[in-house]
Amino acid sequence: MLYFIEQCLNGVQLGLLLFLLAAGLTLVFGIMDLVNLAHGSLYMLGAYFAATFAVWTGSFVLAVILAVVASLIVGMVLEVVAVRRLYDRSHLDHVLGTFGLLLFFNEAVRLIWGPAGMTLALPNEMLTAVQVIPGVYYPIYRLVIILATLAVAGFLYIVVMRTRLGMLIRAGASNREMVGALGINIKLLYTLVFGLGAALAGFAGVMQAPILTVQIGMGENILILAFVVIIIGGIGSIRGALVASVLVGLIDTIGRAFVTDLLRRVLSTNAADTLGPSLSSMSIYMLMAAVLVFRPEGLFPAASR
Amino acid sequence: MSAGVDPSLDTAPPWLFTPRVVFTTMIVAVLALLPVYSMLTGNTFTLTLFTRVLILAAAAVSLNLIMGYGGMVSFGHAAYLGIGGYAVGILAKEGIGSGFAQWPVAIAASALYALVVGALSLRTRGVYFIMITLAFAQMIYYVAIGLDRYGGDDGLTIHKRSQFGFIDLSNRTTFYYLCFAVLLGSIYLVARIVNSRFGLVIRGSRSNDRRMRAIGFPTFRYRLVCFVIAGALCGLAGALLANHTNFVSPALMHWTRSGDLIVMVVLGGLGTLFGPLIGAATFLLLEEGLSRLTEYPDLILGPVLLLVAIYLNGGIEGLLEGRRRG
Amino acid sequence: MAEPLLLITGLTKRFGGVTAADAITLGIPAGEVHAVIGPNGAGKTTLIGLITGEIAPQDGAVRFDGGDITRLPVYRRNRLGLARSFQITSLFSDLTALDNVSLAVQAHRGHSFRFWRDARGENELRQPALAALDRVGLAERAGLKVAKLSHGEHRQLEIAMALATGPRLLLLDEPMAGMGPDESARMVRLLRQLKGGVTILLIEHDMEAVFALADRLTVLVYGRIIASGDPAAVRADPAVRQAYLGEKENKDKRGG
Repeated sequence: MLYFIEQCLNGVQLGLLLFLLAAGLTLVFGIMDLVNLAHGSLYMLGAYFAATFAVWTGSFVLAVILAVVASLIVGMVLEVVAVRRLYDRSHLDHVLGTFGLLLFFNEAVRLIWGPAGMTLALPNEMLTAVQVIPGVYYPIYRLVIILATLAVAGFLYIVVMRTRLGMLIRAGASNREMVGALGINIKLLYTLVFGLGAALAGFAGVMQAPILTVQIGMGENILILAFVVIIIGGIGSIRGALVASVLVGLIDTIGRAFVTDLLRRVLSTNAADTLGPSLSSMSIYMLMAAVLVFRPEGLFPAASR
Repeated sequence: MSAGVDPSLDTAPPWLFTPRVVFTTMIVAVLALLPVYSMLTGNTFTLTLFTRVLILAAAAVSLNLIMGYGGMVSFGHAAYLGIGGYAVGILAKEGIGSGFAQWPVAIAASALYALVVGALSLRTRGVYFIMITLAFAQMIYYVAIGLDRYGGDDGLTIHKRSQFGFIDLSNRTTFYYLCFAVLLGSIYLVARIVNSRFGLVIRGSRSNDRRMRAIGFPTFRYRLVCFVIAGALCGLAGALLANHTNFVSPALMHWTRSGDLIVMVVLGGLGTLFGPLIGAATFLLLEEGLSRLTEYPDLILGPVLLLVAIYLNGGIEGLLEGRRRG
Repeated sequence: MAEPLLLITGLTKRFGGVTAADAITLGIPAGEVHAVIGPNGAGKTTLIGLITGEIAPQDGAVRFDGGDITRLPVYRRNRLGLARSFQITSLFSDLTALDNVSLAVQAHRGHSFRFWRDARGENELRQPALAALDRVGLAERAGLKVAKLSHGEHRQLEIAMALATGPRLLLLDEPMAGMGPDESARMVRLLRQLKGGVTILLIEHDMEAVFALADRLTVLVYGRIIASGDPAAVRADPAVRQAYLGEKENKDKRGG
């Protein structure tokens, strides 16, 4: 039971990280109608930046901040130099173009940092575990992730719902031409939105770095999960992305932890061990398939579009 | 969207000596004579490389049928390469070496998976369709990783190529011409399909699905059948690929491989007959060439793809037609 | 009395807070030309969508030719004899006019699971298509790609495609939209010729055309029928004048 609670917390934590990625992805898709396969590359870059800055500055916190800023800058530069030329193309051309970017980034990282990957060490204080509920010990760092991502989610909510920028973002999502006609600098808006998405992705990469290794291609697997999340949640919907991410995070984590055990009770150990990991990996996709069959617009479709 | 309709399929007379027809004929001629060159120079590497080109071109032809003519952008097409390949590999491992058993199973298994995936996915459109096909490919990828008995993550070696009795696939030249025949056969098949009643329904559905339903077509079932045909054809290519490399692994079905297939089709020219061949050849040769030039080939390949996406209308075929982005 | 060819009862559709169709009840007997008018946003196109099956109602039923079609998908309703033209031209823009209409014919000539034979060579499809094009006056333009045709010709093509499916009921959504006076007159002549042979439900803003063609008239405002019946009577109805025609008379024909 305690193990179950711990896994639930892990699931929520994974979900919130997915949310950071999904939010950026859904904003960019919702507002600029751009399918961005290179989003995972920005996640990867965030992790690599953080690992490098940690070595340079010796401070974990400083590394995090610098890495997020670096991701933001890379995102905005990328948008200005390359991405904005794709807006008026078809989704297929987006797929082609951003796929090219994905290949480029993987190779660039290999060139700059080498093929081996890196590690990001945590400061000692974060390595200990605290008692969250009597009997359940949970690593401080994972708690930090949960709180940090909730804070970012809250911040995002405030920006999108309560500020002028957010209003422009929401307006842009429903009616691009109108916003342009109002004299708003739509190009700048797009650059900012893309940069925001990149910063969120980079931040997610940084947060996950100490738990998983920092390596080339780490963006791909999580990118697919992020796409699954926005399909389930509803494209363009941040609320949908939040609910769906936590759902996906929980199912994936609990699936991995328990499916094999459950199968062992009904099947032979061999069969269970073979089927278990595959089945739990597949569980997310089955959920997505189910959503697409019964509710193709997603759980919380964005109001207009 | 990149221009969809192949002009040589409309009312204009097809036999003009346009740059495009000349170029295509040259390519086919070169491919037909390549084994001769290989025999004369003793260079077997080229033969092997081009065999791979032929096989992936056939896969690209199948993807072009649904993507170029049907407007169904499948990001999970590599799954059928894998299913076809694993059909051959698994049967071979279980002692069934006959191609007469392996290849029909490869085709049927791929068709079956395409039926399931299509039935669920074709209710969606646009980016949803792209993502759900991607997800289904990932599912089968994970299944393959879980197949411990058949190598799991490390893959499965196939010691002997499919046995056919009257033809020896272990002979490189024979195998090359077999792949060549399959490729040409696929292109011919697609050419007939896209001009038939069925093909017009598919193309109409891509152009304006709402209109199609308003005039009385139950478009879903036609698109599903098209999807299955494409899957089956790709499964055959998968069987060929497994024979070619004497090896299958889950990596064959990774989503970046599906991405490669999409690149080949778009690069060559969506919705054209020979575009997939041109695209496959260009992509694979470019990949090969770049990896000889530099240790970091994707640094160049990546931006090239980006430039193609931004500037080329209709891929290379479009270039030959003289089309440019406005 | 025989049931009308098209009978809709209590048809209701809400989009979020907006009621686009409010318990609409209407019967159209075979052979009639019935016009539906109303200000923009009154729910006329929604009504067509409900009848053709593109939109599912929250309440109400649609009966056609004596049978309940409320749950049938779009293509099935077309197979039963219900055809429409679109308000915003919806054609196969990369094909020729003849190809467009041939497809409409093809949908009603057996199944299309034929993979080998060149469909463009099939006389069985081409002849009826040419006949439909001839009927709307586009026979000479048959071989041209849609992109090369004028806007008025697009509207004619829309009608040809609908006719090619051999309908019993034609739902025309603003067939004269964007047409100049000559083209409109031609369209009115065409529709007059079709009268009697096929039942027509016509949505239009062009009042001259409406009064020239309609046997009966229905006025739709905010999704609700406020008047229905003989055109002259409806025209004189004070509620209608106030809600719609009154404003109309102060604008020019093309303004509304």
